[in-house]
Amino acid sequence: MSAKLGRPVAASEVIWLPQDVVTARDFGGANVIKNFLAAYGENADVFDAERIRFTFDCNAPANTAGYATNQQICRDFARLRGIRVHDVDAGIGSHLLIEQGLALPGLTAIGTDSHYNILGAVGALGQGMGDVDIAYAFRTGQVWFEVPATVRVNIDGQLGPNASAKDLTLAVVHHFGSGGLLGRAVEFYGDVVETLDLPGRITLASMATEMSAVIALIPPEASVLEWLAERAGVPTETITADPDTQYIEEVTLDLGVIEPMIAEPYSPTRVRPVSAVAGEGVRIDTGFIGSCTNGRFEDFSEGYAQLEDGSIVAGVTLKLVPATREVYGQMLSEGLIERFFQAGALIHNQGCGGCAAGQVGMTGEGEVQVSTSNRNFRGKQGAGRTYLASPATVAASVRAGRITVPEVRR
Amino acid sequence: MSQMRVTGSAFPLVDASGALLDNIDTDMIFHNRWLHITEPSQMAQHAFGNLEGYEDFTARVEPGSWVVVGRNFGAGSSRQQAVECFKALGCAGVIARSVAPIYLRNAINTALPIAQMPDLAGAIELGDELVLDFATGTVTNLRPGQVHVPTPAISRVQVEIYRAGGLLNLQ
Repeated sequence: MSAKLGRPVAASEVIWLPQDVVTARDFGGANVIKNFLAAYGENADVFDAERIRFTFDCNAPANTAGYATNQQICRDFARLRGIRVHDVDAGIGSHLLIEQGLALPGLTAIGTDSHYNILGAVGALGQGMGDVDIAYAFRTGQVWFEVPATVRVNIDGQLGPNASAKDLTLAVVHHFGSGGLLGRAVEFYGDVVETLDLPGRITLASMATEMSAVIALIPPEASVLEWLAERAGVPTETITADPDTQYIEEVTLDLGVIEPMIAEPYSPTRVRPVSAVAGEGVRIDTGFIGSCTNGRFEDFSEGYAQLEDGSIVAGVTLKLVPATREVYGQMLSEGLIERFFQAGALIHNQGCGGCAAGQVGMTGEGEVQVSTSNRNFRGKQGAGRTYLASPATVAASVRAGRITVPEVRR
Repeated sequence: MSQMRVTGSAFPLVDASGALLDNIDTDMIFHNRWLHITEPSQMAQHAFGNLEGYEDFTARVEPGSWVVVGRNFGAGSSRQQAVECFKALGCAGVIARSVAPIYLRNAINTALPIAQMPDLAGAIELGDELVLDFATGTVTNLRPGQVHVPTPAISRVQVEIYRAGGLLNLQ
């Protein structure tokens, strides 16, 4: 924030922060426009059409008349003002910003998506906001911030041979709880964090919201910077904390050898080792791999590794939702779609399906789902019970028909 | 300009033991199946529609009531409807032990009075008359005559936006 404003800022100071990218989804978008037009007039223009995007990812394609109408309201508003729309075929907005090099270290972005702090995976300051903030930013290009106090989190430990970034993430969420980082900015450090690839960093940053953190920053490593530079077409530099950064708290978590973890219904913080839950013989009906937390190509690869010499057990379904069209394309060209299909999976179009209720079906009363999503609140995806786990655990579980510890497949 | 003193009676949301409910998330406040709604009057009827024990909240709450809740209120989604539904119901505002960051700013931006009081437990009972005074930054419970100072304090930007009647009225 200091760098963006060109002057030092301190915790609890209120600042007006310019935004590099302002987005609205189909969720919230119509209300943003309604607020914008009511406040600034029917013919009001936006601060900079180049820096605004609509991303239709929540209900893609629209399966209710209400959503379809809301999407068209956004399209009409965008056409009139020269704003780009990433329509229902594009995928999850936050992932598009990363893929297209719009979210880079030190840049700021806001959108009507509470998981926008996912952009901390590339060192950008992303923030999910409501309709009013976004309408204001459409007009002015800025939003107010009460500068959050920063917590430095050092994570010691290493991933076990059958564990991945989601297991690390669930262990961290378990430690802090749903309000454990309430209103804080968090910086993640430690070997196990530094060695995460970009999809792994996305997974970790995506669940900051589940700990009520405002910001989750993972300083990008060389390999991440290289990837970003290629996408952006310009060199990128990492961001580092000032040497004299004042942390309100410094936490060192020693997670030892991290084993597969799972969050039980109905909270992302009810985390236990998969081995403990598996020991109780939890039968499942459905599996889901996707979401902004685990919807990258690498996540699907990790899942498929558990299925390659087998298939989904009869009576259980596995639903897949790639995060973006790019991910879908890569799965197609590398044969993963066909292999998943042969294993018995149901493959859906890209987007937020699986989290946003109804897009790829709901869970019924008594149904048990194991999902790579980030929230399992009561009623979120239907009346059933949702467990949260890694792609490997989901795939191992749909193969066995019950919650199962994934095998070592590397 | 908005009234600087907001008065109303307390409607605490509690569990079976009488403790204020913590971690009420946005799906409990305003379920995602109603997200397509853009008309405030239609939002009112869904407030707490997915919160166990409070599905009939809209029938029970009187206009002008303070919604009094526990920690981490409004965790989850960025949906503005989770704030608008209380405005549409005519609630005085929200007093919580703590509020999730996105919910807090959504409430501030739409000038819904909101204050965080970490030590709230046991201090407020059903029907207590509460006064949030934006000028002094205090919450007074008129029954015992206790004056509380919210923590963190009500910020200057919150007062500024509240006075303007919402972020979009700021010049």
